[in-house]
Amino acid sequence: MFIIGELINGMYANVGLAIKERNKKEIQKCALDQLICGADALDVNCGPASRQPLVDMSWLIEVIQEVTDKPLCLDSSKPAVIEEGLKVARNKTIINSTTADAEKLDALIPLAKKYKSRLIGITISAKGIPQNKDQRLELAATIVANCQEKKFSVEDLYLDPIVLPVNVAQGQMKDILESIAEFKIISDPGPKTTLGLSNVSQGAHLRSLINRTFLTMAVAYGLDSAILDPKDKELIDTLITAELILNKNIYCDSYLEAYRRK
Amino acid sequence: METQLVLEKWAGVISALTIGANKEDGGSRANIVRIGGQGSLPLLFKEGSIPNRPVIAFEIWDTPPQDWPDDLTSAYGKVLNDPFAWADKCVNELKAQLLCVRMQGAHPDFGNKDPGEAANFISALLTRVKVPLIIIGSGDDSKDNLILPACSEAAKNERCLIGCAVQDNYKTLVASVLADGHHIIAESPIDINIAKQLNILISDMGLSLERIVINPTIGALGYGLEYAYSIMERARLAALSGDKTLASPFICFVGQETWRTKEAKAGYEQGVIWEIITATSLIQSGADLLVMRHPAAVEKVAGYIDSLFNK
Repeated sequence: MFIIGELINGMYANVGLAIKERNKKEIQKCALDQLICGADALDVNCGPASRQPLVDMSWLIEVIQEVTDKPLCLDSSKPAVIEEGLKVARNKTIINSTTADAEKLDALIPLAKKYKSRLIGITISAKGIPQNKDQRLELAATIVANCQEKKFSVEDLYLDPIVLPVNVAQGQMKDILESIAEFKIISDPGPKTTLGLSNVSQGAHLRSLINRTFLTMAVAYGLDSAILDPKDKELIDTLITAELILNKNIYCDSYLEAYRRK
Repeated sequence: METQLVLEKWAGVISALTIGANKEDGGSRANIVRIGGQGSLPLLFKEGSIPNRPVIAFEIWDTPPQDWPDDLTSAYGKVLNDPFAWADKCVNELKAQLLCVRMQGAHPDFGNKDPGEAANFISALLTRVKVPLIIIGSGDDSKDNLILPACSEAAKNERCLIGCAVQDNYKTLVASVLADGHHIIAESPIDINIAKQLNILISDMGLSLERIVINPTIGALGYGLEYAYSIMERARLAALSGDKTLASPFICFVGQETWRTKEAKAGYEQGVIWEIITATSLIQSGADLLVMRHPAAVEKVAGYIDSLFNK
């Protein structure tokens, strides 16, 4: 499982403040804490409150690169902000994300190619959030077809079925899980899959339990990657155990220690 | 249409390990032996780099062997009564690259040598021959916990490979190996889960995974060879997929397992054939070090390794 740490996001108070005050130490600590806990890559999002996202994004990237060479996942709904991050990134990058809308695909796929970045494609469009599995597959197929047309390697594409809060859209959970398995057979070689995990428990109590239960189920459906809180120790332990049960790792009595240390 | 080979791409690599220290490295060995470092399954040269060949170690004992069949003892003759002459024969006449010395004479039932005697023996052996050494205990855990630290210290800085650590008895040996700059053999009973667990336990004590050689325990042809084969294969697949806790080279005690079989003991040179087949099969499953006994078997297997690698 390719773990993308979600904590560098201006939406969180400490990060928002650190961005505003240009507190480099706080951001770097946040980066390193996640990597120690097992993150393979870091999501970077300057948050909705950022007045000058272009400047903030490149500052964040520079500051994080001082302490790690792990891949960075540039998270913004605005292609201009993503490009600003790509320009200064020396680490490997992942664009987070394009939707299935033509204007986004036309802007972001060429960027991904130009900067040799991986790309997350999220199965929504201007028409809104899909209501079932078929709509998700249709949007996924649009994204994959666009990548193929534009000669972007589908192996570098991560499809995100868009996870909804369980207390809002309980009826969609099974569709979301099944989408993960079906996305992967859209083409050969197939795209990879990822998702923003914490959304599933948004607004609910027992968030950590809901997160790790959903993640376990998603892993069983073949999920390749997730954007999550790597500092949630029980979540990471559950993930390691789920992968063990799926025979992705070889059992030994100390398997948790072995895989926690990465 | 030309057939396209499907080549696997691997993320992991087996750790590479040097046995023996020459003058530059603070030791006194004339040659050193490198094993491991593979980035592919055994002999799939197109899938990744295979920097080192499997290496054969001659097995010698610190005491005359009592239960070796005639086919085996006749190959060595009188030198079996003198471990130093035995070592000389292996190195000078049979061109051994390294020796594996079993401290059988320390076993309570086979001489019960004390730690001082064992240490003196190792010191003398290191003076007598200049090839790297693998040092193996007597098989009696409590006795080995006394003599192996003494042997380790006597061979300090010579970068030997010392064993065998097992799940219930590894701490003493790990501490010695750490202190004296050697590598360790981690033995598991044809059990991949225990092999992995033991590697983790050893590395938790501060001896890095790169200094461990796995003894997966093998069976000779007809005596569980295929179990060992599949365990080794499974460990290699995991290691190449990125599992560092299983990315250790393998040592296989081919001679020991072969010459206890009734087929080998039956005579008619069957033992030599048995040892050859066991060794060559294990090379296919990833053996890095083969500890062997019969010179004729060693010669054949060395030729086989040459034919595989001289393309």
